[in-house]
Amino acid sequence: MAKGILGRKIGMTQIFDEEGQAIPVTVIEAKPNVVVQKKTVETDGYNAIQIGFEDIKEHKLIKPVLGHFKKIGVKPKKYLKEIRTENVEKYEVGQEIKVDIFKEGEKVDVVGTSKGKGFTGAIKRWNFSRGPMSHGSRYHRRPGSLGSTDPARVFKGRKLPGRMGGERVTIRNLEIVKVDPEKNMLLVKGSVPGPRKGLVLIKNDD
Amino acid sequence: MDLIKAVEREHMKENIPNFGPGDTIRVHVKVKEGNRERIQVFEGVVIKRNGGGLNETFTVRRISYGVGVERTFLLHSPRVDKIEVIRRGRVRRARLFYLRDRVGKAARVKEKR
Repeated sequence: MAKGILGRKIGMTQIFDEEGQAIPVTVIEAKPNVVVQKKTVETDGYNAIQIGFEDIKEHKLIKPVLGHFKKIGVKPKKYLKEIRTENVEKYEVGQEIKVDIFKEGEKVDVVGTSKGKGFTGAIKRWNFSRGPMSHGSRYHRRPGSLGSTDPARVFKGRKLPGRMGGERVTIRNLEIVKVDPEKNMLLVKGSVPGPRKGLVLIKNDD
Repeated sequence: MDLIKAVEREHMKENIPNFGPGDTIRVHVKVKEGNRERIQVFEGVVIKRNGGGLNETFTVRRISYGVGVERTFLLHSPRVDKIEVIRRGRVRRARLFYLRDRVGKAARVKEKR
């Protein structure tokens, strides 16, 4: 049964396990999410639940979206996200989803938006190699050949400098180290995409 | 940020003796051999303390059979059972890397009075 929750990345630290090993963990704060809508094959062509996260002031929303919340009587939410699941019946509209849907030791996927790196060269962006810095090479951090001369053009998809980061990234199979429903906190082993305070989706598919 | 501090606080030790670079200390380390656990003692001069919070580490240097050995411990690690301060040293810097280039009498640290 697929399940998921939206939260914010707080930052990284490390904790000790029973054997005294230090484990790197990312702290994620996921305040209770609300089920805003249920989608089924009959009505929408697919099964999913829509969850909302973080309250927002009413005047910041446009009327159609506000109506979407008013209809079911939940506070307007800043973020809406759909989670595909076959067990739509298990959820009620207006029901809260808390961090306790996950257990310690469970494997999850974490989706976030990676940190933007701006306009970067081919070395940083595509792990190209650098030319020699000395012996008069005059060729230091450039991307190299763009291909053969015969087609008289550059093929699409050529790895060149450009914008890097700021894209959706999924890190799969991260272990949940700790769940704290009181503090709405999850500890996930390893790193998670995005800056601190960045929005992340924690989900798993089994 | 406060959540991180709360997470770290759970794992932090409270009764750590006050020690710093130049001090001679005895570190009791839990060592696991197979399924037996015993305590090993490592004695030497603290040459640095690094980091803060739960990540804080310290490095101890000693001469063992004529070879300099440095071990870095996580201050709050459960494997570090106990820390005893044996001697307070008088030093003028936070990182005592100069001890690495010295041998014998020159590698001593003056005692604090």
